[in-house]
Amino acid sequence: MDRRDFLTAKRRKGEKAPVPLPAPRGLTSGINPYGGPWTENEVIHLLKRTMFGATKADVDYFKTRSVSQAVDELLNPTAPQPGPPVKEYTTSTQPGTPDANIAQGTTWINDINNDGTVQSQRIGSYKKWWTGVLINQDRSIREKLITFWVDHFGNEASDVGYGNWAYRQHDLLRQSVLGNFKQMVDGVTKDLSMLRYLNGYLNVATAPDENYARELLELFTLGKGPGSQYTEADVKEAAKVLTGWQINATTYTTVFNATRHSTVNKTFSSFFNSTIITGRTGATAGQLELNDLLNMIFASPECAKFICRKFYRFFVYYTIDQATETNVIEPLAAIFRNSNYDIRVVLSALLKSEHFFDVLNQNCYIKSPADHIVGALREMNTVFPPLSDWNTSYGMWNFFYANMINTGQNLHDPPNVSGHPAYYQEPLFHEIWINSDSLPKRNQYTDTMVNSGYTRNNIRVIFNLVPYVQQFSNPGNPNDLIDDALKYLFRNQLSYESKKAIKTQILLSNQLYDYYWTNAWMAYTASPTTANFNIVNNRLKPLFQYFFNLSEYQLS
Amino acid sequence: MKRRDFLQKSIPAATLLPALINGYSVKAFAADSPLVQALMQGVTETDHVLVIIQLAGGNDGLNMVVPVSTYSSYFNARSNVAIPQNRILSLSGTSASGLHPAMTGMQNIFNNGNMKVIQAVGYPQPNFSHFRATDIWMSASNSDQEVFNGWAGRYLNYEYPNFPTGYPNTSMPDPLAIQIGSTTSLTTQGPVVNMGMSITSATSFYNLISGTTDPVPNTPAGKELKYIRLVNQQTQKYSTVIRNAANTVTQQVTYPTNNSLADQLKIVARLIKGGLRTRVYMVSFGGFDTHSVQVNAADTTTGAHATLLQRVSDACKAFQDDLQFLQIQDRVIGMTYSEFGRRIKSNSSVGTDHGAAAPMFLFGSKIATGVLGDNPSIPANASVNDNVPMQYDFRSIYSTILEKWFCLDKTIVSGLYPPNINSQLQSLPLFKSSISCSTTPPPPPDPNVDSLITNYPNPFTDNTRISFRTEGGHTLIQVIDTLGRVIRTLLEKDYPSATTDSVNFNAEGLPTGVYYARLQNGVTQKVRPMMKVRP
Repeated sequence: MDRRDFLTAKRRKGEKAPVPLPAPRGLTSGINPYGGPWTENEVIHLLKRTMFGATKADVDYFKTRSVSQAVDELLNPTAPQPGPPVKEYTTSTQPGTPDANIAQGTTWINDINNDGTVQSQRIGSYKKWWTGVLINQDRSIREKLITFWVDHFGNEASDVGYGNWAYRQHDLLRQSVLGNFKQMVDGVTKDLSMLRYLNGYLNVATAPDENYARELLELFTLGKGPGSQYTEADVKEAAKVLTGWQINATTYTTVFNATRHSTVNKTFSSFFNSTIITGRTGATAGQLELNDLLNMIFASPECAKFICRKFYRFFVYYTIDQATETNVIEPLAAIFRNSNYDIRVVLSALLKSEHFFDVLNQNCYIKSPADHIVGALREMNTVFPPLSDWNTSYGMWNFFYANMINTGQNLHDPPNVSGHPAYYQEPLFHEIWINSDSLPKRNQYTDTMVNSGYTRNNIRVIFNLVPYVQQFSNPGNPNDLIDDALKYLFRNQLSYESKKAIKTQILLSNQLYDYYWTNAWMAYTASPTTANFNIVNNRLKPLFQYFFNLSEYQLS
Repeated sequence: MKRRDFLQKSIPAATLLPALINGYSVKAFAADSPLVQALMQGVTETDHVLVIIQLAGGNDGLNMVVPVSTYSSYFNARSNVAIPQNRILSLSGTSASGLHPAMTGMQNIFNNGNMKVIQAVGYPQPNFSHFRATDIWMSASNSDQEVFNGWAGRYLNYEYPNFPTGYPNTSMPDPLAIQIGSTTSLTTQGPVVNMGMSITSATSFYNLISGTTDPVPNTPAGKELKYIRLVNQQTQKYSTVIRNAANTVTQQVTYPTNNSLADQLKIVARLIKGGLRTRVYMVSFGGFDTHSVQVNAADTTTGAHATLLQRVSDACKAFQDDLQFLQIQDRVIGMTYSEFGRRIKSNSSVGTDHGAAAPMFLFGSKIATGVLGDNPSIPANASVNDNVPMQYDFRSIYSTILEKWFCLDKTIVSGLYPPNINSQLQSLPLFKSSISCSTTPPPPPDPNVDSLITNYPNPFTDNTRISFRTEGGHTLIQVIDTLGRVIRTLLEKDYPSATTDSVNFNAEGLPTGVYYARLQNGVTQKVRPMMKVRP
């Protein structure tokens, strides 16, 4: 329905307004398995959406599999989990909490230290480490999906103030990233960082604190979709169920304190079928009632629908019209529910579907800052120092992490508990990433990486353009070179006229004939001297800078 | 993206014009309605500026504006966070309520006669979710409506109906709205595009090479590509004017350090003084979600909330002082709001949970000082469910600002709101009677200047005669606009001896506003402000 009609229509008093669905997009495809062509185009589409960028090596690898095999491999990571973050900061000299237990270069994740400075340094260490993990990601969906879950649960690590707890939450989500969503919510409910961030640790029978209960329903499980009709009273009752959990700050453990738990029966609204959760006493009361609460929440079809819509917006596109709701969201939600909330099962259905590969769903996804920054590093095969050089590595990761923040995304520190607005804010959604502040900064970042790179401890990371184009079949031909580079970097191909203009003005330095480039390239391959290298490199630099500055590059 | 293309696809062509202005009910306005007539007159003249200060997280209004007259109920309801009665800052002219002790800056603005406190601002059926409530405040929707554009966006869309097509141009060379920060706000979202732009720093823009323009297909991919290209173009278009505006201001008052709101307001003052015609600025300051440890138990006048309020207060005070220093105080008002207030009764975590109505502040030299409304009624034994009842609908504040400050006709203002609340909008006494719509008159003439160069009539509509005195020799008369650009050289010649003379300034076709006539004669130079007004 048109929004304007909707606003003038009469409604009965007290009736909740229906959320208007966007105008149709003309997509009718559903979740039947995709059976169309499996060329580089489709492989690149799949990889850019599920990993950070599509490198040529990964594209070549998956192209030899079937669609189904490729998705299965992406959903079943075999690479070992990355090692934990290490102490790369200078040791605190606080007399009370000296932080002397661990040496530099070894991990701090099991070391308890309640000094604010130390914990703040550990948050920094964790963020740098995580950026490094993204850059060195394995050939699977794992790392991208972890960023989804961390944003979904919306904790601000710097607000909570404990690096150990932030890492603990990250690891909880990492371990269950492709597992069972209900168990994940159970774990998150008792997670130290979450208890602290949404005041669960202050939630006591005598004066329940509703903060976590509200967000559990509104942001983590049921959402505020048109069918989600739980009430304010439900929030208050859920808060009572969740009373009694506390944080032991000397052991960094969650404890349940039965004396702080509300033992009354909790009665919910008709939306929850007037469920009554029996008040319990004793040491097991908290977990038993939490089980009941999650059983009740997850019995609602709204839960699967809400999460499937979030998956959809994260992996496919942000517009969900009536056809998408009917043909994609509802059947996916049924699969999710019937699998008892198995994340791998529902993502498998989505990523293998006709709808996912629908040509109208390709090339329309505005890259997040992480996608843009990490994706470019990976696609350009950027060479980093070995991980054993932790001092240099962390310093470099910090540079890329800072660039993500500068362009609007702070992993594990979203603006508020709702996560980053690009994943929920009507009507702009992903377009929020791109504005007159962030877009020039994105360009500034790629300009830097093309031209000067980033140097630390006399080691430089830079987009190495000559080796990059050498991976293609015929880099001596300027037309082939441009076609090949654009095939992997862009989803939207440029017109013949544009490519010709770019070739002539940049690669040929306004010369008329292709052989100017060919001769320069052959001279370099025959004799890779510094002088010959510079000749080709100095033409490739403005070429790639220009590519990265085109609006097309912001899409995947 | 071309707005017309969009509209032609989405609504019947006959209703094109009203839809452009309204963004709400295309059926409500016929082609001969006053709204359409008003549109034909072009942009409303004004050099007024609104600075919207968002206090994100839900500010505890009861501890910001403390009810003195009902202090015992207030104290009973929240003894663990209550401000001691003897520490409440008093406000001139009222003994019923006072300010949090950390807000000496705002007390100063109020007692100097430049601030309005509006009690218990809210809306029917309050929502307690942060991001839904924020959307309601930004969109000015009803509680049970989803509206995907913002109140300031609809206003700017009315004034500049084809934006961004054809912008910037000579009558509006500057961004329509500026958000300090990296994200674009729903407040300035228009029916089709966002009317605002975001900057984090006024001087550090980055030059972009221009993109080629392959056509875009009519697909989701094409939609996004168009959008990115548009931002790309806007960035280039506005970066120069913003940088230039920022660079013309070299001196400001000292702002508090370690205060991000002050940092933001400092940029705003600089851009206004620098000559931008931008009407709406938005700044945001967060951390007000004080569920726990809102105050220090030992001294409830200190703690997290006190720190936040002090920063707000110090930042606004510095901003107001700066406006005065820059002599733009009559053109600017500031407005604070938060998505909700907090519960009357505090919780045992020494904090307060999500609540409903809360006070708003408006400040500026044209704001009539005083407290509007009564102290919130607080039950003698407040329960956990008790909320501050609404006294003023927040949309009445918005509509009063649009009508009195931005000089919009009342019928147009109501067209910018959901139809069913039009009749409930109040026109509130927020401004001093000295407020004038349209352009602020130039400062009073300096006799020293006037003896050398004057003009008559002033203000003028199309023509005014500039009289001057020369000591002989080379003499130059120029006209300069508010951006500092020389737009006319009216006279340049050598006089054989000292004399008086005059020259006509024909301003037909120029936008209304302030211009400066500049006399240069030997080592002497004098400037005379002139004002062009609508006939």
